[in-house]
Amino acid sequence: MATPAANLTRKTDIQSADTFIKGLWRENPVFVALLGMCPVLAVTNSVINALAIGLASTFVVTLSSTMVSLAKNVIPKQVRIASYILIIATFVTVTEYMLQALSYDVHKALGAFIPLIVVNCMILGRSEAFASRNSVGLAALDALGMGMGFTLACLSLGTVRELLGNGTLLGIPIFGPSFEPWVIMVLPPGAFFVLGMWLLLFNWFKQRKEAAE
Amino acid sequence: MTVSQTPAPAGTPAMAIQPAEVSSARMIATMAGIGIISGILLVVSYMGTLPTIEANRAAALERAIFEVVPGATSKTTFTLEGEILRPVKDGEKPSERYYAAYNDAGELLGVAVEAQGQGFADILKILYGYSPGCHCVIGMKVLESKETPGLGDKIEKDPVFVSNFEALDMSLGPDGDTPANPVVFAKRGQKTQPWEIEGITGATISSKAVTNIMYTNSMHTVALLEHNLQVLKDGNPSGQLDPQD
Amino acid sequence: MNTASSMSIFLNAAIINNFVLAMFLGICPFLGVSNKTDTAMRMGGAVTFVMLVASVCAFGINKVLTWMGAPYLQLIAYIVVIASAVQLVEMIIKKFSPALFRALGIFLPLITTNCAILGLALFQTARQYDFVQSLAFALGAGAGFTLALVLMAGLRERLELSTVSSVVQGAALTLILAGVLSMAFMGFAGMAS
Repeated sequence: MATPAANLTRKTDIQSADTFIKGLWRENPVFVALLGMCPVLAVTNSVINALAIGLASTFVVTLSSTMVSLAKNVIPKQVRIASYILIIATFVTVTEYMLQALSYDVHKALGAFIPLIVVNCMILGRSEAFASRNSVGLAALDALGMGMGFTLACLSLGTVRELLGNGTLLGIPIFGPSFEPWVIMVLPPGAFFVLGMWLLLFNWFKQRKEAAE
Repeated sequence: MTVSQTPAPAGTPAMAIQPAEVSSARMIATMAGIGIISGILLVVSYMGTLPTIEANRAAALERAIFEVVPGATSKTTFTLEGEILRPVKDGEKPSERYYAAYNDAGELLGVAVEAQGQGFADILKILYGYSPGCHCVIGMKVLESKETPGLGDKIEKDPVFVSNFEALDMSLGPDGDTPANPVVFAKRGQKTQPWEIEGITGATISSKAVTNIMYTNSMHTVALLEHNLQVLKDGNPSGQLDPQD
Repeated sequence: MNTASSMSIFLNAAIINNFVLAMFLGICPFLGVSNKTDTAMRMGGAVTFVMLVASVCAFGINKVLTWMGAPYLQLIAYIVVIASAVQLVEMIIKKFSPALFRALGIFLPLITTNCAILGLALFQTARQYDFVQSLAFALGAGAGFTLALVLMAGLRERLELSTVSSVVQGAALTLILAGVLSMAFMGFAGMAS
């Protein structure tokens, strides 16, 4: 991703790197901002589903942010939200058709949660808060970072849930035949528990760090 | 739309004044422009992916049909018109469908039928294969289920339960309208008759649900298929007549 | 065509496959507006109302789109039409029943693009519900949402008075509580059969 400035100074390099990285950890859309929880909880019962929903969301947020940033000077303020939703809905529909053509089974497993990417607050949030005020390069970078952060969060749930709930990773058995799966993990309550535990872990790290300082 | 009436967020003073200057014509033009661009994008992606999606869907359906009618290599889709079955025309998408499956020689091996009903957690959808040769069900596959993993989903995996559907008797009774012995549920280890479905311990409700679905559906479908046997036999996609004729 | 009875659709959406606790739709308001039972009730009322409006709209749009042969417009049409319809209804309520508007009004714009609303529209289309079934589904989903929200608010009101380790406080505790609640709702599975 090229930054808009023709001659890259060291400062813009750092700035664009930070734009990308902040979404992964410091401003992670799921763990820190608690955005887009519906898909994170609903379709992360296996690694492959988690990966699919994460990448689909990344794809949509990156394209929408780029589009919004490109059109930011054309769209009047009064109709901006409506325009953003229109842009996002278009890309979501495009993504849905592409995923359906790529893998029938994954699309079937995700069901209605692909179209529901439209109402993921993360995407509209990035369009409104970042893309509409920054250059195309930065907007794309920011969206990509946020999308990757979102994917990371989905994967961190999907991995734990598939490993404990099914004893497999990507369908490959890990623990051997004597392992009794924790069925609850692949059921709805498991999603709440695993996400709750991750947040707890992060809270604990944060408090320890603060105490140490 | 939703939020368009809320005031613009605090920006620079120049930006805050700007909205008042934008004419409604410009707003409509912008929305129309975005609408046209997204319309083009949508149609292009829809048209571009449609053949692949249809092919994927057809392949998945065909796999399921050939699974419940073992040995089949081709199929013809039929739909119901009154009491008579007829092949589905190109481009037609009826809600009621019966899939006649044939082997290489064009002989009718069986008919795959979709059936659904209430399961433990949600609606269960199954596909079963009926063979007019043995007047029995020769295969069953769960198409859609939200049954509890590890418990209810045993209806897909439990070998004893699945083997119920290798030869489930459906012979019509003297009246010719309903099976002589409608399917009934039997506890594990207590199946003695070929029309009984042996349940699963630990998935009683789900296996009973499948039994119920089979019962309700077979009460009218079996007679329908038997009455239309000739149509089904003649429907093989290669066009050749059934050797038995 | 789906042949399920309206009653079983209602029960299914309200408790067996609860919209919030089993299908994870409307998690944002569930985590955000579940501090007080009173607010939760009013939010639930507003959501149920919007769901009914959305359900009717989605049913109409789907008929039109099927007739036009343009399934690719489904998502955009749902979002735009539902949002506009809710805004229209909001204006009408404001004019004719200020009391009702005060009770529900502030929540209406917030929930129009809530995923529970769009999810309802998408699921009712995918399951091919007819008009009456759609209404039963919308009512059930609304009731289920209200129930989950009120139960959660009740739990959290009690929790405020107890001492909890600072590490657990906030979203982590709410999620784990939601998990327990979701487990309790799993007990309803099998009710329809």
